[in-house]
Amino acid sequence: MLMLAARRFGAMVLIMAVISLLLFVIFESDKLAVAGKVLGPYSSLEQRELWLEKEGYNRPFLVRYGEWVSNALRGDFGRSIRFKAPVSELLWPRLANTGILAGFVFLLMVPLSLTLGVLAGMREGSALDRLLSLLSVVTTSIPEFASAAVLVALFVFELGWLPGTSSMTGGFDWTQLVLPVGVLVLYDFGYVARMTRASMVEVMTSQYIRTAILKGLPRHRVILRHALRNALIAPFTVIMLQLNWLLSGVIVVEVFFAYKGFGALLYDAAMFGDIYLIEACTMVAVFVAVLSQFLSDVGYTMLNPRIRFDRAGA
Amino acid sequence: MAAGGETRGRELPSRIGTFLGALALLRESPIAMMGAAILLFWVAMAVLAPLLPLADPNLPLEPLRPPLSVAADGSTTFWLGTDIKGRDVLSRLVWGAQRVLIWAGIATLAAYLVGVTMGLVAGYLGGWWDETLSFLANVLLSFPVMVLYIIVITRIGASPLNIVLAVTFASAPGIMRIVRGLVLDLKSRDYVAAARTRGERPVYIMLVELLPNARGPLIVDACLRLGYTTIALATLGFLGLGLPPPDPDWGAMIAETQPMGAFAGHAMIFPAIAISSLVLGFNLLADGLREISSRD
Repeated sequence: MLMLAARRFGAMVLIMAVISLLLFVIFESDKLAVAGKVLGPYSSLEQRELWLEKEGYNRPFLVRYGEWVSNALRGDFGRSIRFKAPVSELLWPRLANTGILAGFVFLLMVPLSLTLGVLAGMREGSALDRLLSLLSVVTTSIPEFASAAVLVALFVFELGWLPGTSSMTGGFDWTQLVLPVGVLVLYDFGYVARMTRASMVEVMTSQYIRTAILKGLPRHRVILRHALRNALIAPFTVIMLQLNWLLSGVIVVEVFFAYKGFGALLYDAAMFGDIYLIEACTMVAVFVAVLSQFLSDVGYTMLNPRIRFDRAGA
Repeated sequence: MAAGGETRGRELPSRIGTFLGALALLRESPIAMMGAAILLFWVAMAVLAPLLPLADPNLPLEPLRPPLSVAADGSTTFWLGTDIKGRDVLSRLVWGAQRVLIWAGIATLAAYLVGVTMGLVAGYLGGWWDETLSFLANVLLSFPVMVLYIIVITRIGASPLNIVLAVTFASAPGIMRIVRGLVLDLKSRDYVAAARTRGERPVYIMLVELLPNARGPLIVDACLRLGYTTIALATLGFLGLGLPPPDPDWGAMIAETQPMGAFAGHAMIFPAIAISSLVLGFNLLADGLREISSRD
């Protein structure tokens, strides 16, 4: 177990290292372009070269990369070119905002999709089962910005019940969270519900459930005490991996609703070419994605001791 | 995945071979039929776009007209209204279908070429090849997809070719993993051993012995992936990183309307319905095919 966790952790660090090097090569191997971005398009070549010398850009590439990594590990990502402020000062409040958004999404999505999945999987082929299948195919076919457009047209322009932007300029306002959270839950719940259903169906057709039913246990007891425990292992992995998808959706939803979160920051940074901010945001996004993968692998093994990862399964 | 690959790998493709066989296959599943019908509708729209009596999709006529309104000179009816620049929404939807189907198709094809090659090599040759390619796939799959798209496209620019490249980066690793899994399952079969004994080259074994037998699950995956790619293209269009304007793009249509949405809700809703229905078509077809193949 510990060995597995250690190996997974090593793989995680290695992937982070490779991606950081990749990012550094993509964004900072062309030194003059970096200087041009920082000093603006009207800076002269001499100014740029002076700046490069002053900032230590004329040292070897790997030395610069090493310095960047060690600074980043201490939370120093440099200064944002566009916002003229340290990246770290921009990053943490934005991450907190996205945390709030994602927290509400999980709070709603997890119970909803697990309940629906278990109910559908209890009786394979029942009317409820087929209804849920159809519902989840439909909802996962509607991209976030499309459902956002329809919901905004309905609840904001037609009925006037909710605000159409969520910039929270006048302090925290829960009505501004309804649509972004709703859009993300709508897109994400179907997949988790389907996976829960599949897992539940598999458990319900297994030998030990048949034994439990045949020896005369009441149905609710079979489901609550015997089936659920095993049926919920697979959805755990799916929910953890959902974080990766959620991050993609968060970008679109935050841009759509002008929510001041991490996703919108990453988008703004990329559109502006704010080099240090893009690097920081991307590393944070990749870190969250890789960490959720790590937790899902390790958690899955802890929950289900029959499963062991061999080398080929990596 | 690998365990189910055996039956799925055999049954499905042998019957998809002919057009009539494919039709008969679809009739077994109402879900697949529904998906195919939706797709057929959009493909028909895309193909017929130049023949239909539609306004020029990029020509500004009368701005912000509601659906079903008649033009001021009575010459034409705006069935789905006009957008904030006065362009006919119906015409933009139909031409947008052509554009998204063409580029989603090309991008998915490119991702498959790269992904299948990587998967065949990793699965069949194994060893150092497998280690390297699998690690590369892991690195790419560690990016949240949209982050990868945004970084790649803001870096290299939003041209159709660059979008194909970005989709390939994002999708090929997933395709590679599926192909690799199927190949690991198939390569211990007798017919592969026979081919090796005959002295066939690895390239021949991969392309002639392994790939055709992995077709079943790949057809289902390709349907799903066409849906994802459609979503990706439309989302990029919405974010201003998609196929360049002024030619219609469903995602960009929503983004253009959003600031003035209160006056042109229809110009947001119809593109949203168009995207969702097209993706639904791909997903239903994939679901139906999967159902049929698991029943065999």
